Amino acid sequence: MAERLHVGTRKGLFELVRRDGVWDIVETHFLGEPVSAVLVEGDTIYAALDLVHFGAKLWRRDGSGEWRELAAPAFPPKPEDAGDDPHPWSLGQIWVLEPGGVPGRLWAGTMPGGLFRSDDGGNSWSLSEALWHMPERRQWMGVAGGGQPGIHSVMVDPRNPADIRVGVSIAGIWASSDDGASWKIINHGMYNEYMPPEQREDPIVQDVHRLARCAAHPEVVWCQHHNGVFRSEDGGANWREVTAIRPSKFGFAVVAHPRDPDTAWFIPAVKDERRIPVDGKIVVARTRDGGNSFEVLRNGLPQRHAYDLVWRHALAVDASGERLAFGSTSGGLWISEDCGDSWTAPEARLPPVSVVRFADR
Amino acid sequence: MATVRFTSALERFLAAPPAQVAAATVGEALAAVFETRPALRGYVLDDQGAVRRHVAIYVGGEAVRDRVKLSDPIGPDDDIYVFQALTGG
Repeated sequence: MAERLHVGTRKGLFELVRRDGVWDIVETHFLGEPVSAVLVEGDTIYAALDLVHFGAKLWRRDGSGEWRELAAPAFPPKPEDAGDDPHPWSLGQIWVLEPGGVPGRLWAGTMPGGLFRSDDGGNSWSLSEALWHMPERRQWMGVAGGGQPGIHSVMVDPRNPADIRVGVSIAGIWASSDDGASWKIINHGMYNEYMPPEQREDPIVQDVHRLARCAAHPEVVWCQHHNGVFRSEDGGANWREVTAIRPSKFGFAVVAHPRDPDTAWFIPAVKDERRIPVDGKIVVARTRDGGNSFEVLRNGLPQRHAYDLVWRHALAVDASGERLAFGSTSGGLWISEDCGDSWTAPEARLPPVSVVRFADR
Repeated sequence: MATVRFTSALERFLAAPPAQVAAATVGEALAAVFETRPALRGYVLDDQGAVRRHVAIYVGGEAVRDRVKLSDPIGPDDDIYVFQALTGG
């Protein structure tokens, strides 16, 4: 079970360790700097910074404990004939980092929608040009705030690292079966109710907030969508809406149990312009039967005047499926050691949390 | 020789001491600095080589006009200041 937790926030990276059953912050890194993504691979930690003035940066800490800056992913020179491209050819933010399933390989999902691959542990990166150069990419819609589209979910098939699926805000789900050499949009069965009626079911307008796949049963994928929860049993191609979600169907975060394909956790909020917990009570919704029913878990969570929102990457489950953690836009942090039945809050008053990631030790 | 001076805010991430360069434009001056300090480039310029939106460059007390191609001319004794444009939060 995970004994360590990395919490990336608007103002630094916080490292917690479990000692005598109590989680406590043992180290702080990049204090004052916005952390946009974190990846833990064994003893190595990657931290992406989103420096307001100086751009997106990438750092790595290996087993020696020293942080070293790596070359951040970068877009190639924009050709003269790309003038009408609605998206900038410049890295805005590293939104997600994921392992590639073979030694040294990493994927980085970014704003404005570039997917980057490293085969040397993050020392160098190359843009997935096939995805970036697709004509359809210019139809990708931007997310609120920055106005750029972004790749927030990268799912590598544990049985075949050449099979990659990415979730895009706002452009549905794209798949490659050849290491990223070619791509196609795959999602069917979703609907986006804020679009004009004739476009609501168009795969490319689907506002996929986050994807989570069961590691032991990778054909099972969960999606927290802008207007609901969806589940796929064929790797993200066909989806059915999970209408039993409670207390509301809007949210950003979802995690899947690593072994049980019927178990997943969500953190619902009032949809959608208000984006606060229902009735000011923070709850976690858990299904253990494939989405047919949900338990609303609230033991240890604030139940009075709580207005925290939980972003896409700010909910995590460890490899055992027993320990979970989530952090909020108000700097709340809660950890469960019993699959979400009860939660405790470490003693801290953190900046807004963007990402949480468990580590074994 | 012109002098390129960087905001001390960069010292949190990497060394950025003042540099003396022989250059005719802002772009040439920065390129000369980045030749010896390549990691600095991405802090000042974006992927296409334009000045980052929240970075300001001043020459002789005035903001440079060409933030894309960095073509503003500089004199041999000019000071070029590179600093962060204010942003709160």
